[in-house]
Amino acid sequence: MTAVPYLSLSIWIPIFGGLLALCTGGDRNAQVARFIALVAALAGLAVAVPLFTHFDASSAAMQFEEHAAWIPYIRINYSLGVDGISMPFVVLNSFITLIVVVAGWEVIQNKVSQYMAAFLIMSGLLNGIFSSMDAVLFYVFFEASLIPLYLIIGIWGGANRVYAAFKFFLYTLLGSLLMLVAFIYLFIHSGGSFNIQDWHELSLGLTAQKWIFWAFLLSFAVKVPMWPVHTWLPDAHVEAPTGGSVVLAAIGLKLGAYGFLRFSLPVVPDASQYFAPLMITLSLIAVIYIGFVALVQTDMKKLVAYSSISHMGFVTLGFFMFNALGIEGALVQMISHGFVSGAMFLCIGVLYDRMHSRQIADYGGVVNTMPKFAAFFMLFAMANSGLPGTSGFVGEFMVALGAVQFDFWVGFAAATTLIVGAAYTLWMYKRVVFGAVANPHVSELTDINRREFVFLAVLAICVLVMGLYPAPVTDVMHASVDQLLKHVAAGKL
Amino acid sequence: MEFQIPDFYPALTEIFLSSAALLILLIVSFVRQGAGQVAYKLSQVSLIIAAVLAASPILINIDFGLMFGGESWTLDGAGITFGQQCATSGKMCFTFGQMFVNDGLAIVLKPLALIAVSLSLLYGRRYVSDRRLDTAEYYLLVLFSALGILVMISAGSLLTIYLGLEMLSLSSYALVAINRDSVQSTEAGMKYFVLGALASGLLLYGISMVYGATQTLNIIDVARALVEQQANNTIMVFGMVFVVAGVAFKLGAAPFHMWIPDVYQGAPTSVTLLLGAAPKLAAFAMAFRMIAIAFWAFAEQWQHMLMLLAAASIVLGNVAAIAQTNIKRMLAYSAISHMGFMLLGLTSGVVNGDSYHAGNAYAASLFYVVTYVLTTLAAFGILMLMTRSGFEAENIDDFKGLNRRSSWWAGMMAVVMFSMAGIPFFVGFFAKFLVLQFVVATDHLWLAVLAVMMSLVGAFYYLRVVKLMFFDEPVETAPIMGGIGVKIALSLNVLMLAVLGLFPHLSMSILSIVMNGSF
Repeated sequence: MTAVPYLSLSIWIPIFGGLLALCTGGDRNAQVARFIALVAALAGLAVAVPLFTHFDASSAAMQFEEHAAWIPYIRINYSLGVDGISMPFVVLNSFITLIVVVAGWEVIQNKVSQYMAAFLIMSGLLNGIFSSMDAVLFYVFFEASLIPLYLIIGIWGGANRVYAAFKFFLYTLLGSLLMLVAFIYLFIHSGGSFNIQDWHELSLGLTAQKWIFWAFLLSFAVKVPMWPVHTWLPDAHVEAPTGGSVVLAAIGLKLGAYGFLRFSLPVVPDASQYFAPLMITLSLIAVIYIGFVALVQTDMKKLVAYSSISHMGFVTLGFFMFNALGIEGALVQMISHGFVSGAMFLCIGVLYDRMHSRQIADYGGVVNTMPKFAAFFMLFAMANSGLPGTSGFVGEFMVALGAVQFDFWVGFAAATTLIVGAAYTLWMYKRVVFGAVANPHVSELTDINRREFVFLAVLAICVLVMGLYPAPVTDVMHASVDQLLKHVAAGKL
Repeated sequence: MEFQIPDFYPALTEIFLSSAALLILLIVSFVRQGAGQVAYKLSQVSLIIAAVLAASPILINIDFGLMFGGESWTLDGAGITFGQQCATSGKMCFTFGQMFVNDGLAIVLKPLALIAVSLSLLYGRRYVSDRRLDTAEYYLLVLFSALGILVMISAGSLLTIYLGLEMLSLSSYALVAINRDSVQSTEAGMKYFVLGALASGLLLYGISMVYGATQTLNIIDVARALVEQQANNTIMVFGMVFVVAGVAFKLGAAPFHMWIPDVYQGAPTSVTLLLGAAPKLAAFAMAFRMIAIAFWAFAEQWQHMLMLLAAASIVLGNVAAIAQTNIKRMLAYSAISHMGFMLLGLTSGVVNGDSYHAGNAYAASLFYVVTYVLTTLAAFGILMLMTRSGFEAENIDDFKGLNRRSSWWAGMMAVVMFSMAGIPFFVGFFAKFLVLQFVVATDHLWLAVLAVMMSLVGAFYYLRVVKLMFFDEPVETAPIMGGIGVKIALSLNVLMLAVLGLFPHLSMSILSIVMNGSF
């Protein structure tokens, strides 16, 4: 137990900050709302950083635990805690929130207070998801976080935003409702406990495990998203405003993957092993097939969206090979993808703010008018395609190694992503940035301003640091991942 | 034969409210100008006094310490003795030869129902005066329907239930048709009357069979006769089917739901609110007393019947609501599906002869219906806030761009919609969660899966309202009307949905204690 409830603070500071920003009302006080949001995001990050610095990497146990009875009537507790698997995501989320607030500073002129409030509240809810130790608390945060993103896509989104917002909401709800039934089932069969760690020890027959696995799978697969339930993501990404895309890609997609590690693997280990071939197959389809789908996109955001699905396929692949390299690699990949995909969407946002087009064909020769931007974009594109020295390489390489350890051909198939990924990212980069100035609009582009420079530079530093020296991140995971693997290997039968 | 004066104390609320209604009737016949205004004020005062009277046993003898106790899963009702304030001892407090009962359930439901009626009047005040419906009769009919609700809640005999039900129904028929120049309104009133009379007939027929089989009308005696197997089973089962059908009609559960959409749509919105809120509490009490208590011994049989009703209601209500463009009709279908959810709790009381969790399962139903009433009040309250003289705000499209007109009310309506859809942190989620928990506990997984899948369908049409308010441009720009009092009450009502969603423990525990003590 720590004296300072860092986790609670990292959840509730952004939420109350958001509510406060909401109180500023209409757009007359937009500047006030922006500053409240900035302060809340900074404060949120400030309380999340100690989670990393005070973390005891040698222990696999939950840390920074907080327990309080929430609804004793049905034995729901307000139990928070993080281990090496979840802690990095709380920090990442708090960091991305700050980036998003800064990125939306001038761009959003319409209902600023609601925009900032939605992002801050969502940030708090996402932190809640990663730090819940009680399943219902997890579920409540999980589902509540749909509301702000639904509104973000619907209010500040593009032309087809209503369709995208509904598809996003209903798709995700579909999965999570079945998970809720599974939770209740587990509650009853564990003798009345919603504590996730009690469920880890709960013995279950294989048939029950299989059913629960499917309920979890549907929920998390939609969220990851895995092939073939991925179709909501390109729509959501394309229509969402830049900030929405960034949060969705950087954090939203990690929820599903995190769910696999927190629920599927430890609660139903035998079913996880039973269905591992299926999961690996689906992951490989996502990696390879979706990679090729990304290649033919004409919309930049859609391309990055498909590339996200492909990268997340790598993550689920890493999980279901049940070796340390695979899981740790997948976790590194998740964090790296948080930086890289967020940065990619921000870069596209920078272009979109100037040209109001996401079509690759409308661009060409951007480097001539925006040299500084082109440099940053280059770095992130390289990271997205997994160039050594960037964070993108570390995770992919670890997962590929794990895959070869598991089965050579799986590793071989997975490694093709290094080629396909490079192909679609760099080809897109070439068409947008290089070449002669394509049209008069491009020639009128102005290079990034100081605000844009700051957030891109910060992300660039993160990408490079993680690529060159990933040890601090992998160190905190070792103990937790080892324990998880031992638990899965032992099984429950 | 010696005449014994019955104990009047348990029926104090009803006696007060009926005297007050008659007194108001007398007063307004001497008022020349603004009789409606006078009747409104007096009705509100009477309703509030009645609510205080109804709640007095709690207010006198509340023990908060026990309510916050940790281990509430195993509460056996012994902790709090709501009923012991009555003249008689024991948990139940009977009077009028067991025709009338004032137990924990009644003590909790009556104040809630009276507050719901009072809020309905408050929210509908401007609406009815804009349409010149605020005659004294309107308020008197409301008072009499409130009296019917109270009698239904406190019924100790099948006949008392019928008495209360008819009192409520007859007042409601008239209220639905109160706008007598409107074709829609009179048509709805007529439909309601014909179908309602038919259902009352069914119910009465069932009651007569139960009487024939058990030689008694007292609910406790019926239950005892069935437990001791003194009844003719064939007649009994027939009677039970009729009673269940009658109750299902009053609840508006499919396939006895046909009147709900027409009446909700046709009635003036203020009357729709009066019908949609408080009477649901009475209907729950009726279902609980007539089915769960009286037919306790036949639990396995009626649970199956209710299960089908619940499944049909949830499916039909949610699917049909999608196609609606009139928001009152949409809320009507949503009401059907919500009643289905409420029934789910009642189906989960007895599992394989084990009734250990019955009280808690029924408490889940009660929690559901109480939160539903709170949500409905808010929904129709906001609906009426958007109306003006000559403008009904009935179509879903009337909500278009509400966020631009008033962010506050758009936010409030969004909370109501998300709560109805069962999205946390709003109370609707915990209501559904609690009910589902008992459905899963009875191993009816298919029912739980069906219910959650249909909530997904339900989420669509609730989200559509949110979409119209936030994503679309406004069609008109008229400001939101309404007095400051109404706005504050309505806002508090909506915020309750969030507060109860964040801290549902206390209300859940109280209701659980009540239900465990009520049978």
